[in-house]
Amino acid sequence: MVEVDNLKKSYGSLQAVKGVSFTIEKGEILGFLGPNGAGKSTTMKMITGYLSPTSGTARVQGFDVQTHPIEVKKRVGYLPESSAAYPEMTVVEFLTYVAEARGITAKDEISDRLGDVIIKCHLQKVQGQTIETLSKGYRQRVGLAQAILHDPSVLILDEPTDGLDPNQKYEVRKLIKGMAENKAIILSTHILEEVEAICTRVIIVDEGRVVVDESPEDFKARKPGAKIDEIFRELTNKNSYA
Amino acid sequence: MNTLLPILKKEFLGYFRSPVGYVILAVFHLLAVGLAFFSGYYRSNQASLDIFFSFVPWIFLFFIPATGMRLWAEENRSGSIELLMTLPISISSAVIAKFLAAWGFIGIALGLTFSLAITTGYLGDPDWGKIISGYFACLLIAGSFLSISSLCSAMTKNQVIAFVISVLICFFATVLGSQFLASLVNKLPTAIANVVSNFSYLIHFQTMTRGLIELAALSFFLTTTAAFLAINIIILKR
Ligand SMILES: Nc1ncnc2c1ncn2[C@@H]1O[C@H](COP(=O)(O)OP(=O)(O)OP(=O)(O)O)[C@@H](O)[C@H]1O
Ligand SMILES: [Mg+2]
Repeated sequence: MVEVDNLKKSYGSLQAVKGVSFTIEKGEILGFLGPNGAGKSTTMKMITGYLSPTSGTARVQGFDVQTHPIEVKKRVGYLPESSAAYPEMTVVEFLTYVAEARGITAKDEISDRLGDVIIKCHLQKVQGQTIETLSKGYRQRVGLAQAILHDPSVLILDEPTDGLDPNQKYEVRKLIKGMAENKAIILSTHILEEVEAICTRVIIVDEGRVVVDESPEDFKARKPGAKIDEIFRELTNKNSYA
Repeated sequence: MNTLLPILKKEFLGYFRSPVGYVILAVFHLLAVGLAFFSGYYRSNQASLDIFFSFVPWIFLFFIPATGMRLWAEENRSGSIELLMTLPISISSAVIAKFLAAWGFIGIALGLTFSLAITTGYLGDPDWGKIISGYFACLLIAGSFLSISSLCSAMTKNQVIAFVISVLICFFATVLGSQFLASLVNKLPTAIANVVSNFSYLIHFQTMTRGLIELAALSFFLTTTAAFLAINIIILKR
């Protein structure tokens, strides 16, 4: 469903992504790991069509982001890292806007979809509130609601559980896992238990390159008995505290 | 078209979701009607809006950039641009939708000043053709200024910078045809002076408020608007 081939991105002289390749299929939940500044968000932004790559290609269900951006954007739900929205809009106004902009125009369908994501993301309590008055965690949930609203076949979630309380983290993981059956999901995270809990595959990027691409089981088997964050540290810490 | 509408609606209503829109409307109205009033609109015994129209470009110089500055700068600053650019909407639709929303807002501001025209019609017997073409000219010059403001707004994440730069550009474009510049231009060969005044917002505007809908003026405003919007689209495509 998503094919990423040798994606590169430079910001001026800084090479943020230095050739990332992977393919994921329906049913997979890919955990995208790596230290701060590794290039996770940049890679995700290129797959969604927000940033154009310096070189390389990204395809979603066969559509190249660069030549068919609209086709790709229709099929992708994206939660940006900033989970930005429009502060003066209420949650319902905002979600209605996203639904309409995604081409859902029938009133019944809009209210069905909204009702569905509001329940899934536990937004009932705040649905009439303007987004600027929401706490960080609720804003994050609005961002998630917006990403799954059109039931996309590909979900790209940049740190979806960031800022959520432990109960919500659990709920959101359950939600993601529940949707995985007929979607391809890429999520970035710094929480390594999350990978064990829901991911079917792990990719670790470091300094713009893929250093690990395997199943969580194989990943743990690299060092039997060790905790997953120990292995992470060994793989990505080479030059930090040398 | 149906991808344009949701953004247009959201942007247009956005002006009324915070006090900013109301403040801009009120200030514009007070300035326009107030200036017309104090400079002898009611004393001149002429049943026309000439005095009002003569102020419009100068008020627009500030009012239009104030309306347009938020269009893109706000999205750039808050990061919501990322959301907008990952919706299945082409960049050109987004640019046009935002432009139309702001233009509609300006249309409302202009519409509110129609009270002046109605009073004029009540007190005298104005040339309605001239008034209509005058309002038409206002809409056109507003569109052109707005395309400049939208472009400036797309280039920064700071609304204040967008405002200042677009006021400067609009000011320069306007004075190209003013008396002040004309006196400078006098020293230039006539051919050059003519070329310069072809690019003058003020001269084309004045032609229309005199009641003449000239093709040159019409095409000038429409072309400049389209050109600035096209640059706006190119810039956002990065
Ligand atoms: N707009 C930009 N201009 C210049 N450099 C940038 C820009 N965005 C990101 N970078 C740089 O690109 C590199 C990768 O950033 P990216 O945001 O992809 O990292 P990340 O893996 O998502 O990190 P984090 O875990 O902190 O979210 C970093 O060095 C960052 O400073
Ligand atoms: Mg990131």
